[in-house]
Amino acid sequence: MTLAIDVAGLNKSFAGKHVVQDLSIQVEEGRICGFLGPNGSGKTTTLRMLCGLLTPDSGSGTCLGYDILAQSAAIKVRTGYMTQRFSLYEDLTLAENLQFTARVYGLDRRAERVDEALARLGLTDRRDQLAGELSGGWKQRLALASATLHEPKLLLLDEPTAGVDPKARRDFWDEIHVLAARGLTVLVSTHYMDEAERCHEIAYISDGRLIARGTAQAVVDGSHLVTFHGEGPDVGRVAQALAGQPGVETVAPFGAAVHVSGTDRGALEAALAPWRKAPFTWREVDPTLEDVFIQLMGRAQDNVA
Amino acid sequence: MSGFSADRVAAVMIKEFKQLTRDRLTYAMMLVLPVVQLLLFGYAINTEPRHLPTAVLVQEDSVFARSILGAMTRSGYFELTAQARSPAELDQMIRQGRVQFAVTIPGDFTRRVARGDHPQILVEADATDPSATGGAVAALAALPTQALAHDLKGAMAPRGQGAPPFEVVVHARYNPEAITAYNIVPGLLGVILSMTLVMMTALSVTRETERGTMESLLATPVEPLEVMAGKLAPYVAIGVVQTVIILIFARLLFGVPMEGGWAGLSLGVGLFIIGSLALGFLISTAARSQLQAMQMSVFYIFPSILLSGFMFPFRGMPAWARVLGEALPVTRFLRVVRGALLKGQGLGDMWRELAALLAFVCVVTVLAMARYRRTLD
Repeated sequence: MTLAIDVAGLNKSFAGKHVVQDLSIQVEEGRICGFLGPNGSGKTTTLRMLCGLLTPDSGSGTCLGYDILAQSAAIKVRTGYMTQRFSLYEDLTLAENLQFTARVYGLDRRAERVDEALARLGLTDRRDQLAGELSGGWKQRLALASATLHEPKLLLLDEPTAGVDPKARRDFWDEIHVLAARGLTVLVSTHYMDEAERCHEIAYISDGRLIARGTAQAVVDGSHLVTFHGEGPDVGRVAQALAGQPGVETVAPFGAAVHVSGTDRGALEAALAPWRKAPFTWREVDPTLEDVFIQLMGRAQDNVA
Repeated sequence: MSGFSADRVAAVMIKEFKQLTRDRLTYAMMLVLPVVQLLLFGYAINTEPRHLPTAVLVQEDSVFARSILGAMTRSGYFELTAQARSPAELDQMIRQGRVQFAVTIPGDFTRRVARGDHPQILVEADATDPSATGGAVAALAALPTQALAHDLKGAMAPRGQGAPPFEVVVHARYNPEAITAYNIVPGLLGVILSMTLVMMTALSVTRETERGTMESLLATPVEPLEVMAGKLAPYVAIGVVQTVIILIFARLLFGVPMEGGWAGLSLGVGLFIIGSLALGFLISTAARSQLQAMQMSVFYIFPSILLSGFMFPFRGMPAWARVLGEALPVTRFLRVVRGALLKGQGLGDMWRELAALLAFVCVVTVLAMARYRRTLD
């Protein structure tokens, strides 16, 4: 196996705030790795360090076999990076934006590549429209087309689908899978659980530290979480009563139902005992990725507090 | 929810105040700037300059000559700064702008005064800026009747009565009709170029930072110098077009003389445009928003208008303000433009100003490159 990303011990501080702490991560070539964690946990900073936009305070490693400290120019040529905010030129047309990217990367067959990219997006007839006029979903797909125009080996995506409707998100992810099938390695940060589940593997970071890593199933299993699914009239009130009880680590409403989870089965069942009667029904379910993340986030908050 | 609610006004007002104080630079600009400008410009600007540098060509070293020069100095308007050895040297001094006045006292002056045939002394004024010489020229009127009052004694006493013993011929060179537009319009070239070019580049780079496109740009293989060159090139073209338009209008509408000096002028325009753009780029590396970039540009443009000799005579300012003024590229550029158009200065006459502009370009470019971040650190 070849590692597309192989970094160890990355640290970065801003104005005394330790944003990324001793972060080590490996991603195999051709894999889609979901990068998860609460806001401000250091995801964007990590992505920026990988593509040479930020210099780590300490740590070392390689991207695509090039040293992240000394060879960031070589990494930039082979990496596509999509920022959190739409960062193409809103006052240029779709075609002009892509032409600019093609020139900056010094690509050959520029006109052809731009035409191909527009055709792939299905935007050929809107090529002379200003990028600023596109809807959110289309903007992100255009940004992806721009980030992949130079056929990078590594794609770093920073919350690419924030604020995008479900259909557009699905299209976007279909495209990412097509790219990965061609051998592209993708590291994508997201807050959406359905997207996390579409990744080959996930990395969860909190307060700048990597705290869970592996396939979605492995992360769920590794959490040793026990989850009960409760239903019944006014189950939300029950949820409020349960929150904060010993053994109850997370309580999350799911529509008319509630998920109550904890790692200590005995304590959790003890807390639930008073409510295990009509009109409520409880059954044990496999924890979802979301249950696990909410628990991980809650634990991280405890650490801060 | 209709009508006028004082509470809602207060809500907006309090929010506005808080936002205002949060942007430190704007806050400082609003409170400190008026004070700085008041002191700076209040003390620096003087519309009636005195102690103007004057060169003399004395072809006869005599008591009379010394008395006349002494009287000129005592008037407060003239300061003898150079002795020319020949008419050619005197001419060069005034053409290069090293002196404001050139005084020639002819060889047989004393003899002719004694004979009573009212000899002339020639005072040539560099009148490119008519307001700079006005007061001094007016003061010359009293010179013939008063300068020799103490010297004309004994046998010479009759020469002190009746018609003045000598005449002063004032020759206002380069702008004999004292047309203000001849001075202002070439100066406007410098002011307009600074205003548009510094501000446009400062904004164009800051806009990328503000809109987030800078992050994408930095993630591409493009190098800082490439960004700078690519960003500035269109504005160089704009600057050249602006220059051509201003010069055409200067000629057609204002009849500004164009004595030549095209080589120096072209070089000066090129250096000044590049320098202004590089300065705009430097500002953009320091400004965090377009608003800040705008404020910093204004901070530069104000003294460029007031201390450069564009609006007020450069030689009217106190020494400290002249030092500040010399550091401004506009000051140098104005001398190049006025020197070329009004005086027909060649490269040899204005090389100092061109060298200063070149130095400005180099220093600012190096600073801008050093400050430009290829990362987001």
